[in-house]
Amino acid sequence: MAKKKTKAKSKVKKEKKLKLGTFKETAREKLIGQHIGYRYDVNLLPDYKKITPFLKKYIEAMGWDDLNWLEDIHMGYEEDRPAVFCRNANGWVTIPKSIKLPDNQQDRDMIARELLVKFQMSPKHPLVDLKKAYLKF
Amino acid sequence: MANIKNPETKTKAQSMGMHTEVLTGRTQQKFFNPDEAENFYYFGTYDVDFNKRTDLDVKDMTAPEANKEIDNLMSQGYGTIVIKNPQGKHSLGVGILNKLNLIFEGSLGYFGMGSCDGPTVRINGRVGWSCAENLMAGKVVIGKNAGSCFGAAVRGGDLICKGSVGARTGIDMKGGTIIVGGDAGAFTGFMMQRGRIIILGDVGINLGDSMYDGTIFIGGKIGSYGSDAVDAELTKNDQDWLKRKLKVAEIGENFDVSKMKKIVAGKKLWNYDNLEPHEKKGAI
Repeated sequence: MAKKKTKAKSKVKKEKKLKLGTFKETAREKLIGQHIGYRYDVNLLPDYKKITPFLKKYIEAMGWDDLNWLEDIHMGYEEDRPAVFCRNANGWVTIPKSIKLPDNQQDRDMIARELLVKFQMSPKHPLVDLKKAYLKF
Repeated sequence: MANIKNPETKTKAQSMGMHTEVLTGRTQQKFFNPDEAENFYYFGTYDVDFNKRTDLDVKDMTAPEANKEIDNLMSQGYGTIVIKNPQGKHSLGVGILNKLNLIFEGSLGYFGMGSCDGPTVRINGRVGWSCAENLMAGKVVIGKNAGSCFGAAVRGGDLICKGSVGARTGIDMKGGTIIVGGDAGAFTGFMMQRGRIIILGDVGINLGDSMYDGTIFIGGKIGSYGSDAVDAELTKNDQDWLKRKLKVAEIGENFDVSKMKKIVAGKKLWNYDNLEPHEKKGAI
């Protein structure tokens, strides 16, 4: 008797793969024939005219002359919502809907930097609990 | 806040699929709390005062002893520490996660200032291999020359060498800025993934070999380009940023940045998963 093929129905949603031609490609993507899956322009340099008062105070407190490590921070997206990546927690920090964002990437990046500093320096940051649990010296 | 909009039309980022791409299971998701207080320092770090200064002679100390003593001085509130007689010791000043003014009167061996997050460091001599490896934030200024793998795997902050540097500068860097006043060796920016490298002098062969992303600015001659390193247009924003950065680095203030070359990744090596089958086919 021939064995009946049974297919287990997967409840897990398949990851949406972006195929060329189904979205607006950049010139580079057309050339290399594949999607570049960044959520922001990693090479966008900051416009210092857009710096916020909080970031000015932070730079002064740290004794630096510019944004330093924050030059690499940009506002990206996590599941269609604005988010900033926290390298210490290795996760996207989603920005709540109550915080209205301007329609300009440079302004959005400055806000992302400000929110990330507040998130990372908070006593409620996930690494604080990890430090308490695993600190050796 | 001015210029706030809630656009219903698709933005460029949305039409490129950047909003909806699913990377489930690869990252944790956290939510920002709008009630967070204005803190400038990591929770649990020392409250130091830049005006409180002390000297530390490390001549008869091992590197771990010297590093522990730096930590001890920070716990007492010293914000400016001058290290005397480093005598080329290896792994000095590593793992400092605090704001601090640290001055080395002399040269360091290999892996100096590794894995730091926040301090401003001045080294009045030379440094060995892998200086400021894995730097997260802060500023490290080297007065003379540096060895190979300068700024290996840097993730953030500014790393400045006023002299020349060896091979594989910025290897595997994932952020931050490396600025070199002199020349750089072969394989500068090797496998770099993000961040910026500025070399005011000449560079050796295979510049930006296998670079994944990031930007390299070169003021002098280029020995040769590495695999997938391509020229790009130097924009007005780039030039403004370069002028500002060189001023911060205290080198090349009168350097004509408009003549610099900008090198980026061609992104032909961008997706390793897609390339693997081709490579396997080639190997068989």
